[in-house]
Amino acid sequence: MRALKKRNSSCHTAIAPYSLWAFLFIIVPMLFIAYYAFTDNNFNFTLENISRFFTSVSNIKNDDGSVTEVHTYLLILRRSLKLAVISTLVCLLVGYPLAYRIAHAKKRTQKTMMTLIMIPMWMNFLIRTYAWMTILQDSGVFNTLIGKLGLAPIHIIGTETAVIIGMVYDYLPYMVLPIYSIMLKMDNSLLEAARDLGCGSFSVLRRVIFPLSLPGVISGITMVLIPSISTFYISQKLGNGKFFLIGDAIEGQYVANNLHFAAAMAFILMVILLVFMALIKYFTSRYVYGGDAA
Amino acid sequence: MRKIVSNILTALVYLFLFAPIVILLIFSFNDSKSLSVFSNFSFHWYSELFRDRNTLEALRNTLVLATSATVISTVMGTAAAWGIDRLRSRWYRRVLNTVTDIPMTNPDIITGISLMLMFVFVGRLFGASSSLNFWTMLIAHVTFCLPYVILQVLPKLRQMDRSLPEAAMDLGCTPMRAFLKVELPEMLPGIVTGAIMAFTLSLDDFVISYFTSGTGFETLPIRIYSMTKKTVTPKMYALATIIFFVTLTLLLINNFIDDDECKESLRNHKKAKKSHK
Repeated sequence: MRALKKRNSSCHTAIAPYSLWAFLFIIVPMLFIAYYAFTDNNFNFTLENISRFFTSVSNIKNDDGSVTEVHTYLLILRRSLKLAVISTLVCLLVGYPLAYRIAHAKKRTQKTMMTLIMIPMWMNFLIRTYAWMTILQDSGVFNTLIGKLGLAPIHIIGTETAVIIGMVYDYLPYMVLPIYSIMLKMDNSLLEAARDLGCGSFSVLRRVIFPLSLPGVISGITMVLIPSISTFYISQKLGNGKFFLIGDAIEGQYVANNLHFAAAMAFILMVILLVFMALIKYFTSRYVYGGDAA
Repeated sequence: MRKIVSNILTALVYLFLFAPIVILLIFSFNDSKSLSVFSNFSFHWYSELFRDRNTLEALRNTLVLATSATVISTVMGTAAAWGIDRLRSRWYRRVLNTVTDIPMTNPDIITGISLMLMFVFVGRLFGASSSLNFWTMLIAHVTFCLPYVILQVLPKLRQMDRSLPEAAMDLGCTPMRAFLKVELPEMLPGIVTGAIMAFTLSLDDFVISYFTSGTGFETLPIRIYSMTKKTVTPKMYALATIIFFVTLTLLLINNFIDDDECKESLRNHKKAKKSHK
């Protein structure tokens, strides 16, 4: 009995360093974001940084030479959301059938196919992005190949398409992984039962497979959406710096040593993501089968 | 017909996934500087790479940082997992689990910015001119590696029969000996996987390092970042190829460990079944 008691106190000793570490380097830094976001350079309370995000305007030259006034950061935020949502949808449209295909292959093939999906993730993300830049350039590998086929070169680099290609490439594995693992666990007899009861293959997919795989789809969506909203570098390289995203804006303010405004943007981004996660959680717990577990 | 279409589509996705890597590998052996026309096979850029002092220095820094971060996070994370597993207080456990999730769900840029703000603030308190250095980077790396170690070790402890260490103690083991002889071997596969994950994550991290690094200490991803700001030579491709194969080897080793473990547990399972009969 004494030994048991001793073990109970020793378990607190074992956790202590981690608890202290987590408090000092996870929780306190998050508080610092809020602290910097709501203070000025002399650490006096201010709402200046937050309001600057919503009110700051700048002029954009249109192609025909006219000038439009826009809310700089709101435009950047809207663009980040748009590109992230499109990339997530593309990942879902490509990743779902792929995960389905892998989950229904032979056991051996499955393992190889999954390993192959993971391998690109072990290439540094800067280099992956840079490789795409050299591929998509006007005189790059892609256009050289197309030219050999006798087609006119396509201008991709510096467009939103290029940024989306980069995001999809970087985050596709995060979509395939959770969907694949939930499909593995799916009870095949349910599919057979649906077929026996007269479902065509499309309605098996719509009524049985898709609803059952929803928890995987949802965690795939969060795992792709979060990094693609907050990414920087991809748009700098593949968008030729024309499509500033919220991550680029934060990085820019950091480089310019505007820490308080950088913190304000990080704070706003955090709030948006928290709201999004709360919505997802609400949605899964209410409408998704087995959502409580996920 | 349908099968053929689905095979072609799958092949296309894999082509998409591997095109950049293959191109990178090929052009790292290109004789000329071009990144779109392949002229001649040569090791020119590799020898160039090994003459580049700054890159070699960055490589050394990366390895030092990754090794220290791995050792610290593995030891602290394993202890934490062991403690969390036998924690009585439910709310304490829930708080720890939630906090452990934070670095994994937060975007890297937020983790990086938050740590940087704190370091800068504390540095200013002590009047230091630049507060970011090797130590701040090490703290950051340990912080984002810890959850991965904990989440690898915890399941191994949950699978373990809880009465085993108690039985060992009843049979006369000291708690320390029981831990070393019974619990540690059970945790070991999780510890190894966690350590490998921590090492590769630390090796590969750019975003968090970018915000927490000072001017004096440059790691490889940061060096690559500053290299891609100017025009890039295939030297960087040579570097990428080497890093790629190193991480690939680590992964394969890890896969082997996992495989052996599977086989062994299967064997034990069969044995148990036989003895039942």
